[in-house]
Amino acid sequence: MKVLAAMSGGVDSSVAAARLLAEGHHVVGVTMKLWGGESDTGCCSVSDVDDARRVAQQLGVAHHVWAFTDDFDRHVVDHYVDAHRRGATPNPCIECNRHLKFDRLLRRAEAVGFDAVATGHHARVVERPDGTRRLARGADRAKDQSYVLYVLGQPELARTLLPVGEMTKDDVRAEAEALGLRTAGKPDSQDVCFITSTTGRQGFLGRRLELRPGRIVDEGGHDVGSVDAVELVTVGQRRGLGLPGGGTPRYVVDVDVPGATVRVGPERALLCDGVELERLVWANGPLPVGTPVEAQCSAHGRPRPGIVAADGPASLALRFDEPQRRVAAGQSVVLYAGDEVVGGGTVVR
Amino acid sequence: MPGCETVPVPEPITYLDHAATTPLRPEARAAMLPWLGERFGNPSGAHRVARAARQAVDEARDAVAEIVGCRPGDVVFTSGGTEADNLAIRGAHAARPGAVLCSAVEHEAVLKPVRQVGGTTVAVDQRGALDLDALEDALSPEVTLVSVMAANNEIGTVQPVAEAVELVQRRAPEAVVHTDAVQAAAWLDLTAVAGGAHLIAISSHKVGGPQGVGTLVVRPRTALRPLLLGGGQERELRSGTHNVAGIVGMAAALRAAAAGRRATTGRVAALRERLASGLLAEIPGAVETSGSGATHGAGGTAGRRLPGTLHLCIPGIESEALLFLLDEAGVCASAASACASGAQQASHVLAAMGVTPALGSGALRLSLGWTSTAADVDRALDVIPPAVARLRGASAPVAQHVQGSRA
Repeated sequence: MKVLAAMSGGVDSSVAAARLLAEGHHVVGVTMKLWGGESDTGCCSVSDVDDARRVAQQLGVAHHVWAFTDDFDRHVVDHYVDAHRRGATPNPCIECNRHLKFDRLLRRAEAVGFDAVATGHHARVVERPDGTRRLARGADRAKDQSYVLYVLGQPELARTLLPVGEMTKDDVRAEAEALGLRTAGKPDSQDVCFITSTTGRQGFLGRRLELRPGRIVDEGGHDVGSVDAVELVTVGQRRGLGLPGGGTPRYVVDVDVPGATVRVGPERALLCDGVELERLVWANGPLPVGTPVEAQCSAHGRPRPGIVAADGPASLALRFDEPQRRVAAGQSVVLYAGDEVVGGGTVVR
Repeated sequence: MPGCETVPVPEPITYLDHAATTPLRPEARAAMLPWLGERFGNPSGAHRVARAARQAVDEARDAVAEIVGCRPGDVVFTSGGTEADNLAIRGAHAARPGAVLCSAVEHEAVLKPVRQVGGTTVAVDQRGALDLDALEDALSPEVTLVSVMAANNEIGTVQPVAEAVELVQRRAPEAVVHTDAVQAAAWLDLTAVAGGAHLIAISSHKVGGPQGVGTLVVRPRTALRPLLLGGGQERELRSGTHNVAGIVGMAAALRAAAAGRRATTGRVAALRERLASGLLAEIPGAVETSGSGATHGAGGTAGRRLPGTLHLCIPGIESEALLFLLDEAGVCASAASACASGAQQASHVLAAMGVTPALGSGALRLSLGWTSTAADVDRALDVIPPAVARLRGASAPVAQHVQGSRA
């Protein structure tokens, strides 16, 4: 096959490209330039492009840089800022996968004649006897990235290769080392690629929206403190609120941005029976009401058993078997059946 | 997964990116070889080895001066066009601070230093040529430096440098005029094109010399401060040991380019016209960005475009995707300027000309040079229209783009 290896300059995508080549595919490396602004390392800084290019040179494959900065600004950065403006908690990596890697890049790759796009994600694409595909957890459970890839539907899964999904991270590093790839010892990328450690989330958002101070109230509505920026507070948050220590830990149970009010309460106030999802994505069609699922509410969270309680034209109500901590609006909940992703969506406010 | 893989068949290279760099001329290589072998020397020394190196640099200086139409003492050797432009803008501004103007379509090597010293840009027309009325309006006695390129690197438009010089002399008689002649040097008679400018920047590798060397011509009594301090070479204007091999190579390349100019420009202009008319006929909706005006052919003085540059805007496609397909077919071309990571950037030149982003996103620059052949044009005509058709077939909203036109 002719495969486009999406090379971020990290060790996983380096090894992914090397494995495809070893399997006999015609491989071309492409690094996406996504973010035009400052970055610590991100996925698109010049030094990461250098690493990707040097690995491609080492493997003897052509390497291209494609700029999707406008799309990234629109679909990822603007979305991120808008979500915070509404008091929601976005996941920009998921939006990047949804709109950039598995849409923009995939379409461009198809247009110029590639059969598939490969990335270095730790997840697997498994084929069912009926010919449909499912995204499944990576072999390395600690590094599993299926959560951020739930946005892949059948058309995307059919053209996606995840060559390191069967490997542990240690295996990946060992293989990179054995091949002498310069990225073998490179640390895993962390955090949001377009926010620098020096500026931080507050600095980044402060330049793009008006951050407003807010009151912190307890369950009875009494003022117990204040925050600098109500837009930066997340449901479930416990630290960084400046509340006095001691006593029962208090968590953010609600963020009211228009009212500039953060409500805190004990852990039990955070518990809820279910959650409502929108922007639904299904691996192979919607699940009927009554279907049991395991719902994962963060990138490395523990799946929680539940059931599809109701479905609307564009939304779905999920009921947990046991009360669970509330998930912030804007976060993704991914539904699994065993190791396989069956769908997911983002939490409605 | 099918095991059949498509191994790319090695193609002969069709090189249509001479505006980025052009192959080393044999004359330049021959002139350099002794200095990459048995000959060496620091021209600033006081012994026979140094004197021999000094003589080589001096003779190169004479050659460059003759081609540009200046005195040998006006020639300042630099590390390239970018350094020459930086020395011109930052050096002139440091020597005599004041208001600085440049055209909106300058290369970044001019644009960024002009921005750094707080300068402003002057508008261009739809063909990318400097708007002389706008320049006249912008000129005032406070202006100390004006920079107008001789020809544009992206679209090839030849700029009215002589007219600009005349305006500056009238409206800001104290101002210094700099011209970036990096793209023009391979094609135009510099004595005519840049005649009135006080500062002229040239790059060796754009004329078939080696990379890493250039020239800034500094006319007498032009106030300039150096960027680099050190041994005081080049009349204190550019310290640093001379790049002797590079300098002799540049001089030989300039000489060869000048000697063959008439023949080369005529030949290449004809190739370019055939390429342009073929592509415009074969690609529906394609627009020649600098307009379809006269090419600056051999001996012409009222030319409007470099003979080697063909810039097209192709609606309904993305430059990066097209360049990818062309690269796979062995056709080397470019879109706009590339940034440090290698990604294509939106062009400030097209924006200044009023080209809409939708049209500008399908930019394609094909630049021919002294080695270009009819076979190159044949191959480009074979490869490019089907590549465009393929991309248009793959992207849905083509029809409305094709209808669209340049603003």
